[in-house]
Amino acid sequence: MAKVRLQQIRHSYNADAGEKTEYALQRINQVWEDGGAYALLGPSGCGKTTLLNIVSGLLHPTEGKVFFDNLDMTLTTPDQRNIAQIFQFPVVYDTMTVRDNLAFPLRNRKMEPFEIEERVKTVAEMLDLTALLDKRASGLTADGKQKISLGRGLVRSDVNIMMFDEPLTVIDPHLKWQLRSELKQLHRRVGFTMVYVTHDQTEALTFADKVAVMFEGEVVQFGTPEELFLRPNHTFVGHFIGSPGMNLLPCELDGGFPVFAGNRIKLAAPITQINTNKKIELGVRPEFIKIDENGFSIKVNRIDDVGRYRIVKAECLGQNFNVYVPEGLEIPTENLRVSFDPQHTHVYCDGWLQNEKEPA
Amino acid sequence: MKRITWLVPTLYIIFLMLPIYWLINMSFKTTNEILGTFSLWPHNFTLDNYIKIFTDRTWYQGYINSICYVVLNTLISVTAALPAAYAFSRYKFLGDKHLFFWLLTNRMAPPAVFALPFFQLYSASGLFDTYLAVALAHCLFNIPLAVWILEGFMSGVPRELDETAYVDGYSFWRFFIKIFLPSIAAGIGVAAFFCFMFSWVELLLAKTLTSVEAKPIAATMTRTASTAGYELGLLSAAGTLTIIPGAFVIYFVRNYIAKGFALGRV
Amino acid sequence: MIERIHNQKAWFMVLPVILLVAFNAVIPLMTVVNYSVQETFGNNVFFWEGLKWYEQVLHSERFHASMTRQIIFTSIILLIEIPLGIAIALTMPRKGLGATLCLVLMSLPLLIPWNVVGAMWNIFALPEIGFLGHVVNSMGIDYNFTQQPISAWVTIIAMDVWHWTSLVVLLSYAGLSAIPEAFYHAAQIDTATKWQIFRYIQLPKMKHVLTIAILLRFMDSFMIYTEPFVLTGGGPGNSTTFLSIDLVKIALGQFDLGPAAAMSLIYFLIVLLLCWVFYTLMMRNEAR
Repeated sequence: MAKVRLQQIRHSYNADAGEKTEYALQRINQVWEDGGAYALLGPSGCGKTTLLNIVSGLLHPTEGKVFFDNLDMTLTTPDQRNIAQIFQFPVVYDTMTVRDNLAFPLRNRKMEPFEIEERVKTVAEMLDLTALLDKRASGLTADGKQKISLGRGLVRSDVNIMMFDEPLTVIDPHLKWQLRSELKQLHRRVGFTMVYVTHDQTEALTFADKVAVMFEGEVVQFGTPEELFLRPNHTFVGHFIGSPGMNLLPCELDGGFPVFAGNRIKLAAPITQINTNKKIELGVRPEFIKIDENGFSIKVNRIDDVGRYRIVKAECLGQNFNVYVPEGLEIPTENLRVSFDPQHTHVYCDGWLQNEKEPA
Repeated sequence: MKRITWLVPTLYIIFLMLPIYWLINMSFKTTNEILGTFSLWPHNFTLDNYIKIFTDRTWYQGYINSICYVVLNTLISVTAALPAAYAFSRYKFLGDKHLFFWLLTNRMAPPAVFALPFFQLYSASGLFDTYLAVALAHCLFNIPLAVWILEGFMSGVPRELDETAYVDGYSFWRFFIKIFLPSIAAGIGVAAFFCFMFSWVELLLAKTLTSVEAKPIAATMTRTASTAGYELGLLSAAGTLTIIPGAFVIYFVRNYIAKGFALGRV
Repeated sequence: MIERIHNQKAWFMVLPVILLVAFNAVIPLMTVVNYSVQETFGNNVFFWEGLKWYEQVLHSERFHASMTRQIIFTSIILLIEIPLGIAIALTMPRKGLGATLCLVLMSLPLLIPWNVVGAMWNIFALPEIGFLGHVVNSMGIDYNFTQQPISAWVTIIAMDVWHWTSLVVLLSYAGLSAIPEAFYHAAQIDTATKWQIFRYIQLPKMKHVLTIAILLRFMDSFMIYTEPFVLTGGGPGNSTTFLSIDLVKIALGQFDLGPAAAMSLIYFLIVLLLCWVFYTLMMRNEAR
């Protein structure tokens, strides 16, 4: 187990890249504490697999350093780093039995046979594979094979960090949730530092203590699921997390408060006034918009009934946004008025959160 | 360690190029020089051998004959195979699996077994010594191959394409020619390539079914080799010329060679 | 995979193919079967002889001899070409100009007419005049493929390796290219040796293409005719007379219709049987 620190990592797949757009990773500074459960969340192409491969040593970064417990590991190979990696599709040695698959890395490290036996038994029991130990690996289902991949990582006691690259991609949907919770339990039991890469927010938010959200080669926010939900650092985080995501409405600033559709919107505290041509946006999650007779009026386009709640697709001055309305509340179709919860309304400049001024 | 791995393909390629080089080398030598001295390149460079081939009808006619029946065979094989492959790909019908397997077994037939019967059959049909004879005979193993390859490619085209066309009012043949065929163009290319290749290289049947009119270059060459007057230079020139069509074809499909094996059936 | 619908009219689409192949396969085969059970003294007069020809062929020294030669030849060919082809595919560059160059050059022998292959090697291996012949003889080895059976065998085998190994290389290369990078990554993380990677990842994943390669090489080498015929004519003496060469000699050379036909059918049946075995093995592998 180790603390992994990434320092000023930049990476480009082109040998002599100059433009910013040619860099898969812009500038990453990240610390993963020993024994933590982390997630790297982001859409395809945001650079998360690149980052993963740099940590595991399959890729050497164009710039920057990788530290394992303060030892510079930037240019070492994967087998020198004691890492484990589980890939998108199951990687198993088809011709070997499950037992031999799990024992493989240990035999290569010249461990004592009876010790190997012990560890294989323990890991098989952890993963519910005991009954299948002497079956040929090729005969297992996709989730069984992924468990074998997982097992090969768990079976080594010296693993510094365990990385998952979208491991549930080929798993049947109805088995996904089961495997997800098993992974979380495994982490509690084994205590390895684990990093889970995915584009699925549910997977990330349920597995990780802290999530790093990546967008276009940068980590735009690194925080707990709560932080990401309540206080998104970046419009991308607001939009990507939550279903539906945060509403973003273009607005103007007046005296530190946003003005939308002629209405001054209340915040928890005013922000520093910016007089600029940059894009100013108002961000508020559908969950924090209340039906309020004293609020400003919006037009209702459609109401989606999801059962326990409804999503009102509304419009105001050409801007579309969603309102979350819990069960039981009446929704006036004509003349609907809403207001935004000041505690959870944020202002973004060029995508980045503007912090409120400290009370004097 | 890395040095050594680079050596293996290099040595192999040198091994492959040596006999070819030697053939080309000989083709530019006079018979005297060939029989007289041993030299790694022609000391008395001569184009005589090539000139003879291009001017002597018995020689250049051989090339023309070969190309003719090979092209004819490719056309027949691919054209017949297309509807059949479509049927195997899209429809279930009585005996379809057995028919498919029977077709494949013909690829596995020893040509030697067919030499005599073909000789009699084609003589009896009055087709002896024609392009059509060899073209038809080669269908024995080329058609199964073409069907096999085309069926693989066709199965990769979703049925929705067919259904959309019918809904849009296309008749079957119009759909087949205007829409379906372009979508498997790569497959047609691969099938035509293999038909060309196997017909071009085959000797036994081509020689058995021809005598004068449709005689392929292969037969002309073997005749020269066995008669007295070892015209090695001439033989080498003739041989070198037969390599050229193959080299051309490979050059044109160079980007598809490995990919083509991976796609379709293999 | 496509959902196939029942349609008996599909037979019309298959008709051209059936006609062309049947014309070439069924009629000649019927002729052969016919000859194999009859005796003729010329002038189209035939007498029923039953299985006499089959017995004669199966008991003939000549058939046993050429069958033996054929089996030895095919075995040697497979033992050399398959491992060699795999080894070359493993060491070839995976992409870029080098890869294309390799593939193009290696494909060349496959598109040379088979008689030219024989003629080329004939000229190449001639004792004084040919490059190979000259070099080997000047090294002190007495080499003459036109007179010595061993030299003839060595030359024919070298020629076949030269001619067909590229097919194994191309097939193996295609199989190797299909293996996803992740497997190599995982092996690296598991600290596997190069040999383990070959044995547990590459070889198993190449099973499909290798089956095809072995099948094709087995069949084609078992039916080989042109190249050895042009190179040695079956000689010196009988030493390189393989099954096809012998059959053609009997059929077209001696016009011994009965024995030739019987031998043809036995030959064909052996090939079919082996083909069926391989096909079944291959399909069973796919199903798993």
